[in-house]
Amino acid sequence: MIAALAFYVFAAILIASAVMVVTSRNPVHSVLFLILAFFNASALFLLAGAEFLAMILVIVYVGAVAVLFLFIVMMLDIDFSRLREGFQRYAPIGAVIGAILFLELLFVFGSWQFAPEAGALRMNAAPENGLSNTAALGQLIYTDYIFLFQVAGLILLVAMIGAIVLTLRDKPANSRRQDIGVQVARGEAVVLTSVPPRKGLAELGIVRRPVPAPPKPKAIHGHGHGDDDHGHGSDDKHGGGHH
Amino acid sequence: MDAFLASPIGILAITVAQALAMLVPLLIGVAYMTYAERKIMAAMQMRKGPNMVGPFGLLQPFADALKMLLKETIIPAGASRALFIIGPMLTLVLALIAWAVIPVADGWAIADINVGVLYLLAISSLGVYGIVIAGWASNSKYAFLGALRSAAQMVSYEVSMGLVIVTVLLCVGSLNLTEIVRAQSTVWFAIPLFPMFIIFFISTLAETNRPPFDLAEGESELVAGFMVEYSSMTYALFFLGEYANMFLMSAMTTILFLGGWLPPIDMAPFNWVPGPIWFILKICVCLFTFVWVRATFPRYRYDQLMRLGWKIFLPFSLGWLILTAFVLKIMGWLPA
Repeated sequence: MIAALAFYVFAAILIASAVMVVTSRNPVHSVLFLILAFFNASALFLLAGAEFLAMILVIVYVGAVAVLFLFIVMMLDIDFSRLREGFQRYAPIGAVIGAILFLELLFVFGSWQFAPEAGALRMNAAPENGLSNTAALGQLIYTDYIFLFQVAGLILLVAMIGAIVLTLRDKPANSRRQDIGVQVARGEAVVLTSVPPRKGLAELGIVRRPVPAPPKPKAIHGHGHGDDDHGHGSDDKHGGGHH
Repeated sequence: MDAFLASPIGILAITVAQALAMLVPLLIGVAYMTYAERKIMAAMQMRKGPNMVGPFGLLQPFADALKMLLKETIIPAGASRALFIIGPMLTLVLALIAWAVIPVADGWAIADINVGVLYLLAISSLGVYGIVIAGWASNSKYAFLGALRSAAQMVSYEVSMGLVIVTVLLCVGSLNLTEIVRAQSTVWFAIPLFPMFIIFFISTLAETNRPPFDLAEGESELVAGFMVEYSSMTYALFFLGEYANMFLMSAMTTILFLGGWLPPIDMAPFNWVPGPIWFILKICVCLFTFVWVRATFPRYRYDQLMRLGWKIFLPFSLGWLILTAFVLKIMGWLPA
C-alpha cells in the first residue's frame, strides 16, 4: 500500500515538474525543475528495486550533467520579452510537429510485441540467483557483453577526441605561459626559520627589510601587507559577528 | 508491543527514533565543532578564543545560535524569494540525510543498503546545488561569482574522489558500507592505499569548501561569496550545513580508510572500547585535521586549485586505480 502511494506521489511530482520544465518562464527554474524530475525518476527506480540505476541516475545526471547545464544557463543573459516574441507565429508549426511525434509514438506502442517472459521478468528487477543488483549489472556489462560495451566506450572516446580537436587551437607564439613550479618556488629572498614562540624574529637576528614605500597611495584601500593579516583572514568567515 | 512495532506506524516510529538518535548528537556535535574550531585556532595563533560565555566559553555555541535566531531575516529586493530560502535549507538537509547510511558500529546504521557508497557519493555531489541556488537567487555579483567558483570546484574534485572510492571498492568487492569496514579488519585501507587517502582527504577539503579551498566565499575578494546576502537563520543554516558536511566527510574518510568502528589493534585494551567510541574518535581526528589545515595554509589561487584537481589528482588517482587493479589481479587478492 505504502509502495503504491509512494509511486503515485513520485510519479505525480515527476510529471508536474516535467511540465514545469517546458512551461516555466525563467530558464534557470526550468533546469531546477528538470533536476527535480531526475530525482523523482530516481525514486521510481528505487521503488522498482533498481537501486544501482537509481543512484547512478542521481550521480551522473543530477550531480554532474545538470550542474554543468545549470552553470551555463545561469550565465546566459536572456531578454524574456524577446524570447516570447514569435510565440504566436511559431505555435501552430510546433503543435503540428508535436502531434506527428505523438502519433508516431502511439503507433509504435500500439503495435508493440512483448516477449512472453517479459512481464514476469519485469516484475522482479533483482536477479534470482541471489546476486545484488550491482553485481548482476556488472556480470552483464563486463562479462557477457564486454566487447559491445567497450565498442560503445570507444565511440564515446572518438566523439570526445573530435570535440577536443574542433576546439583546440595553436597558441600564438608570443603567448605567456605559467610555470607553477617557478611561481611557488621559494627564492633567495624568502627564508624558512623556526621562530621561537613569544619572542619573534628579532631574537634570531633576522631584521625585516623596510618595505619600499609605494609610489603613490591611490585610494582608501589600506593594503596592510603586514604578517599578522595573512593567516587569519579566514577567521572572519564564520566568526563574522562573534568577536 | 511486537505487533505494534511490526505495523507500518510502528516501523515509522522506530525509523523516526533512529533518525533522532543519529541527528541530535550530530547537531550537538556541530554546535561544539564551531566552539572547538575557534578554540583550536586560537591556541594555534596564541590567542584565548571564546572564554566569556559559561565556563571556558562552553556555552558560546548556544549564545551564537540564540543570536542568529533573534536577528532579522533580510531577503534582498531583487532576489528570487523561494529559491533564496530553498538554497540554505537544501544545504543542511543534504548534509543530514546522508547520515541515514553511515554505520556507527557493526549493524548500527539506519539503513544498511547495498549501494551505500553510491548513495553517499550521490548526496555529496548534490551539495553544490544549495550553493549554486543561493548564489543565483541572491541576484548579486559577489554571490554569483562565489556560486560559479563553487560549482566548478566541486564538480572537479568529485571526479578524483570517485576514482579514490573506486580504488577502495576494488579492495572490498562490495558497495555496502558495513562490508567496507569489515574488509579492513586485517589492515586499514589508509596503509596500503596511503596516497589515495591523502588525495581523498584533500578532495574532501575542496568538497566542503573549507580552507585552503574556500574560494567560493573568499572574503578578501568576494566578501563572503555565495552567502553574502544571507542573514539570521538562513545564514545559520549554511553554517550548520558546512559543519555537518565536515562531519559527513570525516565519517566517509573514517569508513573508507580508517576502519570505521574497528579498534586500531584487535587486542585487550583496545577492543574493550566500544565501536561507536572508536568511530567518534576517528571522526574527531579528521575534524581536527580540517581545523589544523585551516589555521595553517593560505588560500589557493583559483587556477592552481583547478590545476591540482584536473592535472594532478585525476591522472594520479586513475594511475593508482589501474595499479591497484593490477596488483590485486596478479596476487590473486581480488575479492570474490
